[in-house]
Amino acid sequence: MRKIDTQVIYEQIRQMALFCNCNVNEDVIKALKKAEQTETSAPAKFALQTIIKNDGIAKQKDMPACQDTGMAVVFCEIGQEVCLQGEFLDDAINRGIKDAYEQGYFRKSVLDPISRINTKDNLPAVIHTQIVKGDKIKLSFLAKGFGSENMSKVFMLTPSQGVDGIANAVVETIKQADSNPCPPVIVGVGIGGTFEKASLLAKKCLLREVGSTNNDDTLAQFEKDLCDKINALGIGAQGFGGNNTCLAVFADKYPTHIAGLPVAINVQCHCARHMTVEI
Amino acid sequence: MKRINLPLSKHDISTLKAGDCVLLNGKMFTARDAGHKRLVDLIKQNKPLPIDLENASVYYAGPCPNKPGQTIGSCGPTTSGRCDSYTPALLQCGLTAMTGKGWRNDKVKQEIKKQGAVYFAAIGGAGALYADCVKKADLIAFEDLGAEALYMLTVADFPAIVAIDSHGNDIYENR
Repeated sequence: MRKIDTQVIYEQIRQMALFCNCNVNEDVIKALKKAEQTETSAPAKFALQTIIKNDGIAKQKDMPACQDTGMAVVFCEIGQEVCLQGEFLDDAINRGIKDAYEQGYFRKSVLDPISRINTKDNLPAVIHTQIVKGDKIKLSFLAKGFGSENMSKVFMLTPSQGVDGIANAVVETIKQADSNPCPPVIVGVGIGGTFEKASLLAKKCLLREVGSTNNDDTLAQFEKDLCDKINALGIGAQGFGGNNTCLAVFADKYPTHIAGLPVAINVQCHCARHMTVEI
Repeated sequence: MKRINLPLSKHDISTLKAGDCVLLNGKMFTARDAGHKRLVDLIKQNKPLPIDLENASVYYAGPCPNKPGQTIGSCGPTTSGRCDSYTPALLQCGLTAMTGKGWRNDKVKQEIKKQGAVYFAAIGGAGALYADCVKKADLIAFEDLGAEALYMLTVADFPAIVAIDSHGNDIYENR
């Protein structure tokens, strides 16, 4: 048994939230710079240049790259050999988010869905806890903005729709979203499982590094083909046209029922802010 | 890039073309869905508005809180489409310019043309860069809405693109 005090988790979450919101992921900035160099549409080039400049200012001035500092999504993979001590896990995570959003002067965007009354501390976070093998904890933080979250969709396809049906669902979702999710976007695709499993897979895909290749050869090809199809839509950066609608497509799969083919598409804007640490 | 002074005259607006890169200078007030809902409720009830809409410019934004000594926190545009159902009423009350991000629906486009107004697209996700363009931020109304309260911003060289011009040309359609 390895004993870990949840105070350590609190501190890691606080630091990740403070850092991520002001520092767009380097792999994303690299992809944006590459897109800017090849962009032929003048307004889209202007948009990409503005975004790259913005991400530099945010980093330099230690201020949020985007005012939508998001709803906090936390993935917590706990090794079975770990014995947690101290404060209740969810309370420690939420306290880390609360303190980071206060100390960083981040926007508090979370509210009751019915009364629409703001909780004023950006709580609660959305926490996904999973027990895994081993004696370590893997913590991931994602600041999820809602311009892109609002454009995400779940489809319960029929088995006969197959791989083409999955591809159509993804392309149609991005086509309909058009300029709203702040393209160039990153697209997470969860295939199979159940209604909620597909969504969770799609969300987790957003933690992948832009430029990384899927370990599954079929999915790797699927990702590449879909990325090309989306870029052929001509929506472009901020919807201003051109060939940079999408920086990456990331897909994951899980076995599903003989009667179904769930597909979840989670859209991430260019302002991708996430981080993973191991304790 | 064209330097634009707000408020815009009808003549100035008529010279703007979809796709023009501009730098906005002058005053615009912030409002998102919640602020719009309240403004339209007041209009419907014939009650006085907390702001004069004649020739006014709106910026769809809900900024981050400002750090001590800062004029404003990060303040990029939010999705304009969420205000579409309220926009025609505001345009009919004299609003001439809107700045936000993303496409607008047909009703908004028709009203833009009818009233001779203009819609600018700012760059979504560029919150830190836009905070640098804001020289003054004064609370006007609906303080209880927090980030969605109405603020009057004074901006300088705020980069944007003419997205829908007064002649009805739409950058999101002709690309």
